[in-house]
Amino acid sequence: MDQAAVSNNIPRSELLNMYFYLRLTRSLEDRITALYRQGRIVGGVYTSHGMEAIAVGYASALHPDDVIAPFHRDMGAFLIRGFTPGEILAQYLGKRTGPTKGKDGNVHMGDMKRGMIGFVSHLADNLPVAAGAALAFKIRGEARVAFAGTGDGGTSRGDFHEAMNFAAVRRLPVVYFCTNNQYAYSTPVRYQMAITDVVERAKAYGMPGEIVDGNDVAAVYLSCRRAIANARAGNGPTFLEFKTMRMHGHSEHDAATYVPRELLEEWKAKDPILLAERLLTTLGYADESYFHDVGERVRKEVDAGTEFAEQSPLPEGPETLTGVFASLDEVST
Amino acid sequence: MTTATTTHEVTYVDAISQALDEEMTRDERVFLMGEDIGTYGGAFKVTEGFLQKYGEWRVLDTPLSESGFVGAAIGAAMMGLRPVVEMQFADFISCAFDQITEVAAKNHYRWGAAVPLVIRAPFGGGVHGGPFHSECPEGWFFHSPGLKIVAPSTPYDAKGLLKAAIRDPNPVLYFEHKFLYRRIKAVLPQEDFVVPLGKAEVKRHGRDLSLITYGAMVHLALEAAELLIQEGIDLEVVDLRTLVPLDKETLYESVRKTSKALLLHEDNKTGGIGAEIAALLAEECFDCLDGPILRIAPPDTPVPFSTPLEEFFLPKVSDIVSGARRLAAY
Repeated sequence: MDQAAVSNNIPRSELLNMYFYLRLTRSLEDRITALYRQGRIVGGVYTSHGMEAIAVGYASALHPDDVIAPFHRDMGAFLIRGFTPGEILAQYLGKRTGPTKGKDGNVHMGDMKRGMIGFVSHLADNLPVAAGAALAFKIRGEARVAFAGTGDGGTSRGDFHEAMNFAAVRRLPVVYFCTNNQYAYSTPVRYQMAITDVVERAKAYGMPGEIVDGNDVAAVYLSCRRAIANARAGNGPTFLEFKTMRMHGHSEHDAATYVPRELLEEWKAKDPILLAERLLTTLGYADESYFHDVGERVRKEVDAGTEFAEQSPLPEGPETLTGVFASLDEVST
Repeated sequence: MTTATTTHEVTYVDAISQALDEEMTRDERVFLMGEDIGTYGGAFKVTEGFLQKYGEWRVLDTPLSESGFVGAAIGAAMMGLRPVVEMQFADFISCAFDQITEVAAKNHYRWGAAVPLVIRAPFGGGVHGGPFHSECPEGWFFHSPGLKIVAPSTPYDAKGLLKAAIRDPNPVLYFEHKFLYRRIKAVLPQEDFVVPLGKAEVKRHGRDLSLITYGAMVHLALEAAELLIQEGIDLEVVDLRTLVPLDKETLYESVRKTSKALLLHEDNKTGGIGAEIAALLAEECFDCLDGPILRIAPPDTPVPFSTPLEEFFLPKVSDIVSGARRLAAY
């Protein structure tokens, strides 16, 4: 984004805060990947490597009482909503201190108290759910917004269509996004849809849509802030398409040999942390030594989180049987 | 507690409407979603007049989009509302299967989010509905942990179970039988009442064999019992009322008394509720059984349309009578 647009519209403290979360996300996910390669994390590991600006940007633009139904590459949103690296690593290690107490793994975590709707592997399942959260806000007359998204692959599912349509018909306070990272597992966008830009579909649902550079945290933040303000004002949903590139495999087991190397090289030059550092430097908000200090800070946080997670107890086998049903004292009556 | 009643008889379908109306009046968080439930009052007129009384944000006509509006109901429930979704026909619930089994059923187990949601599903045959308007899909969900399932057989249970379902903090599938809508009536208590989830009811006490069933089949069973008593076979009829959680104690108590079990349902036979109950009885009541556990259920075909085919398909009083005779002979 151009310098003036950023400096006129985003406070310096907000930009520095987002930079911190870009680095914390990268550092935490690099640790998770390392633990996976050491065989200490089992199961799937889906990272947001090279796409961190999307979750960091949108979660920063939301109010704390808005709710998020994240995509599975939105680690930054969890961190901004107060999930600690320790809790998150405990989740990946299947420990009792993780948000799901070992019931589910990796990014499949949620907490209604922190406005995070738990991710469901069936992509796009949570898009109608987010419409329902927005419906509740509208019925109760609350100035709150739901924010939900999926990947390019998820947009092929019926639930994507059903959610967008219902939200538009009822002008619900929800913002939908697509993280278009060009591959759904191994399937390129050209086999997912006959259009190049998913955003074309917004028009058909009767909602505004926008293409956003998903690697530019300032651009993500500003586009989200506009869409969120619009939803909060009662003007209905917006669809945002974040263009980006999945820089790792689908999961960490996947070497992604089906992705052309030159494509990865091209996007490596557009790394969101690199872009953010360039922006902060140009604006005179930060310099090399600042970036170095942030790196030290996040490394310490991730180290402490790793220690917490590793020392946490595993659940006992019979805990399998708990929690199938909610009890009355868990809900207001 | 008063036992005041009116002398006014209420149909099964009116009992459902009353439960919705009273719960919406009692609790402003309760709201309705579904196809054609507003202006039109629902395909079976369950919500007639509700739009005028409660307004368009508590009686929402939805797009033709079962997965979408069940998903939306899940989201609203997690935000603290109490949605009651109407499937126009239970058959269409298959479009929302994923939202029900993967999202609603698993959210609390996975990450502690309660989903206080009710899905009403008009089910069952005998109404010339054919393969897409007659199904009994409860078996699909019976196998999915995290869902409660009820299937009332009387106006009293229809009202009391729906109120209990709305007040429950979990997703509850409420299967209401279309054949019973306007065919049975009862005088209901004037005061607020619920029928607790998870309690079966012995509809007829008998000493010779236990017939375990639910939904519209309860009435067929009671009819058969009157014929069988004339030939000296005394049938005990147990109405499950709730399929999940299953009232195993009442089942075991009945079968331990009679030593014989006949299982009856309108869903097709293979992998149905009867199969599970047969397995439970074999595991828990083996010592007291004096005969095979028998099942009476439709064949493994879709529900056919043409009258002679549908009549062939559905269990009949004569099927129960012959099954009971066979079992009584042991």
